[in-house]
Amino acid sequence: MAEILSLHDAVKQFVNDGDTVALEGFTHLIPTAAGHEIIRQGRKDLTLVRMTPDLIYDQLIGAGCARKLIFSWGGNPGVGSLHRLRDAVERQWPHALEIEEHSHADLANAYVAGASGLPFAVLRAYAGSDLPKVNPLIKTVTCPFTGEVLAAVPSVRPDITVIHAQKADRQGNVLLWGILGVQKEAALAAKRCIVTVEEIVDDLNAPMNACVLPTWALSAVCHVPGGAHPSYAHGYTERDNRFYQAWDPIARDRETFTAWINEYIHGCADFSEFQAKLAAASEAK
Amino acid sequence: MTYTTNEMMTVAAARRLKNGSVCFVGIGLPSKAANLARLTSSPDVVLIYESGPIGAKPSVLPLSIGDGELAETADTVVPTGEIFRYWLQGGRIDVGFLGAAQVDRFGNINTTVVGDYHQPKVRLPGAGGAPEIAGSAKSVLIILKQSARSFVDKLDFITSVGHGEGGDSRKRLGLPGAGPVGIITDLCIMEPEAGTHEFVVTALHPGVTREQVIAATGWPIRFADAVENTAEPTEVELTALRDLEARTAAAHGQAPGEA
Repeated sequence: MAEILSLHDAVKQFVNDGDTVALEGFTHLIPTAAGHEIIRQGRKDLTLVRMTPDLIYDQLIGAGCARKLIFSWGGNPGVGSLHRLRDAVERQWPHALEIEEHSHADLANAYVAGASGLPFAVLRAYAGSDLPKVNPLIKTVTCPFTGEVLAAVPSVRPDITVIHAQKADRQGNVLLWGILGVQKEAALAAKRCIVTVEEIVDDLNAPMNACVLPTWALSAVCHVPGGAHPSYAHGYTERDNRFYQAWDPIARDRETFTAWINEYIHGCADFSEFQAKLAAASEAK
Repeated sequence: MTYTTNEMMTVAAARRLKNGSVCFVGIGLPSKAANLARLTSSPDVVLIYESGPIGAKPSVLPLSIGDGELAETADTVVPTGEIFRYWLQGGRIDVGFLGAAQVDRFGNINTTVVGDYHQPKVRLPGAGGAPEIAGSAKSVLIILKQSARSFVDKLDFITSVGHGEGGDSRKRLGLPGAGPVGIITDLCIMEPEAGTHEFVVTALHPGVTREQVIAATGWPIRFADAVENTAEPTEVELTALRDLEARTAAAHGQAPGEA
């Protein structure tokens, strides 16, 4: 059964130094508030997994929380580079970051395999690509029935997955909709799972076949409205495109980045305080 | 109507998408061209985005691959794993429509690094969905602006395979799809030469000279025996494109990203 906890308590209880952590969300439902809380609590040596490390991992990497990154596309969508990721890879700041690089199809299959309790995923991939040359974990397997040579990649089985979703009920059952990405697979592949939600209701009123994560498959549910910002929660919030643009100059420079982290993450007790500060700063402009 | 070279590129790319074809769309330039096709010559083109929307019909261009607009206008939205497993690997994609940071003469794509992988000069975003789109889509179109920095003699890294080392490379690699059939740039259209599968110029956009194309290509580019002239964008095409961009800017408060 998922406990209904504050995000502070959930991160304290379920995210440990050295964990393999997946904060998933394919542009939609990105658990930004949880990323902030991990930084605020000073977690270290994390192996971060995510198909599309965008701002949330730029922040965690720049803040020094990560030892390793497993990913398949790292950029600021529609804007450009992730400067903190690049600084870590190109100039080892704030320290060296090991990278393990895949393709989307690979990681999506690897989450499915993880959720299925399998050690590896099999897919038709990578023939002719240089990625297997730089990632020794990408191997091949021969089909015992046809002889076809296929890619074999290790499943993703995080210690902890965190996702954002629209709704939970008071028992901790979670309903999500819209662009689902790999949310369900990432949740079920992990040993522990925290879900932050827009609202907690008496009855989910979920349509049959809807994407519902049952409470007994989760560790904690936290009420964090707007917790995906600058990503969005379909039906609740809009994507804050301006923030993605504003992030570019903040992250470009080590000093402006560090000042931002100090002011907006360490300088705020929680995500609602962060939101208030951000709103005040944007109004002042 | 007067038009820019970027508009010419988008229009020329849009014309290549046949009505009714099923297209796996990359974000940025491919998405712009694919939606222009849907709004002009190919109203029944089916657009699939890797985040999960199938049959998306956005009225404004998405800034990200997972914009809500894509989900709201789609016939269905499926999990990302399903997109790659059932729809792409399952052999249901006619055209993979990709952008690139760099290409070589065989249409191989680099979106990973410039320089050495472990000591990169420039770290690019990485593979995303492209390697398997390039492998499994029945055909591939590539759209990018042409310069000697983007059309290189030798890629530092092959992220997504085109025609490999040329000739029957793809067959030897066991790739199901036919690979890239066109590269559309702001200067010209290139297509693979029969046999060698080396990309040669088959059409020049209006007003573009061979010298310009040669100067903007990092390998000794060759021209097909018969080089056509791309037809200028029509008023209908330009109006549809500009309306789409204006709607996008109004909705997002910015121009659509091309990253």
